[in-house]
Amino acid sequence: MDSGFMHQFVQQLINGVSLGSIYALIALGYTMIYGILKLINFAHGDVYMLGAYIGFFCTSMLKLSFLPSIIVAMVGTALAGMIIERVAYRPMRNAPRIAILITAIGVSFFLENAMILFASPQPRTFPAVFSATVYHFGALVINSQQIVILVSAIVLMIALTYIVNYTKIGKAMRAVSFDADAARLMGINIDFVISMTFALGSALAGAGGVLVGIYYNSIEPLMGMVPGIKAFVAAVLGGIGIIPGAMMGGIILGVVEALVSGFISSTFRDAAAFAILIIILLYKPQGLLGKNVREKV
Amino acid sequence: MAMLTVDNIDVYYGAIHAIKGISLSVNQGDITTLIGSNGAGKSTTLHTISGLLKPKNGKITFEDKDITGMAAHKIVGMGLVQVPEGRHVFANMTVSENLEMGAYLRKDKEGINKDMADVFTRFPRLLERKDQIAGTLSGGEQQMLAMGRALMSRPRLLLLDEPSMGLAPLLVQEIFNIIKEINATGTTVLLVEQNAKMALSIADKAYVLETGRISLEGTGKELLNSEAVQKAYLGG
Repeated sequence: MDSGFMHQFVQQLINGVSLGSIYALIALGYTMIYGILKLINFAHGDVYMLGAYIGFFCTSMLKLSFLPSIIVAMVGTALAGMIIERVAYRPMRNAPRIAILITAIGVSFFLENAMILFASPQPRTFPAVFSATVYHFGALVINSQQIVILVSAIVLMIALTYIVNYTKIGKAMRAVSFDADAARLMGINIDFVISMTFALGSALAGAGGVLVGIYYNSIEPLMGMVPGIKAFVAAVLGGIGIIPGAMMGGIILGVVEALVSGFISSTFRDAAAFAILIIILLYKPQGLLGKNVREKV
Repeated sequence: MAMLTVDNIDVYYGAIHAIKGISLSVNQGDITTLIGSNGAGKSTTLHTISGLLKPKNGKITFEDKDITGMAAHKIVGMGLVQVPEGRHVFANMTVSENLEMGAYLRKDKEGINKDMADVFTRFPRLLERKDQIAGTLSGGEQQMLAMGRALMSRPRLLLLDEPSMGLAPLLVQEIFNIIKEINATGTTVLLVEQNAKMALSIADKAYVLETGRISLEGTGKELLNSEAVQKAYLGG
């Protein structure tokens, strides 16, 4: 293999992992909410858009730096997630699954159009919060934004893994997602746990929104649609409802897209994502980390 | 003194009238049992007491407080805890994590550690498997885990739904011995069973449930000797 190919391959791998880590952040929220409510939250991509706008507001109007901006965006989207759950989904808790799904699509349209109304449909330029330093490692190029994205995503994923595995609320989330009635019999307030799950998942999407704003410099009210669907593909790829699966699915999807853009054509990028979805649904519908058998009775 | 009083409750599943005016009471310190065939409404009654289902009419009182229609998690906080039929352990979590979930509402770390040690003394097999995923346990071990998990909340009234279901006879005997022990240490027990003979033999008071109604009641011994019960539930 010639070195030009290898170089190109590794370069696309770097691009893919940074894009994929954003997909992973969004996919985590999908998968957590699915795990606990068996609901595909179609509004999740719009929560990510909301995070990007809050980040934009903080950096351009309030002139905040990166860290406070991403924290404000995460808190804002966490609250938004809790409100969405409380207002739109909780009244539908015992409704047929399809009714809740349609509600989620409605919430998605609501958020998109509300943002168009308040912030105008014009794309906004996200201010450069980092000087775009470019680092060269031999022939490889990695810029400071990619490093920030990767580091932020890794820190957030480690934090989430810790919360889910070792804290009381995290264990309660796992208990509720496995067996909600048994969890209620333990004294767990499942409404509270569901609310916290929306808060956590939405905060991760909000962080993803800010990171994407930094990466692509541009945000607009409909920016959540395609990444939202792709993050859903990532969650299904890893096994919906499984947290490490969402991380893995996001990274794989990002890398595949980058490789397709680099070696074939960037116009096939989206096709690659959906081809993955079709293949996984045909051959391993439970996802890469999914198991068919869940319990032994 | 009646610790739990169920007063004339009606419970519906959609249009199905599952519980038709049941009244029963559980005295403090007793083992009370509810027997009956499949589909008689035993589990529905327990679910209603626990707050997983809401009665359409009637009243449920626990330690002089009205708990009718109260949220399930609040009822647990009052000391009324159920071990559900089919164990319902969290199969994706370890044995110790399951026990921690039982103590979800408690904040006294030392007390929790002590109670966990007690559970491990009572069920040594759980200690051997404490870091194992609960889904890998046998049926009997899962039943022990479900009971241990409920004890972690320090219940004053323990509801047990079919604890012997699907277990080998030797294990059934062991589970019943443990129920007697738990009761002897001061926990009141309301036991739902299909194994009528075993249940009646340890019960202070017993009710027979038939298609949503209570058809007979008396002490465990009375029902054990009753002709109707012998014919219907004890095989002659």
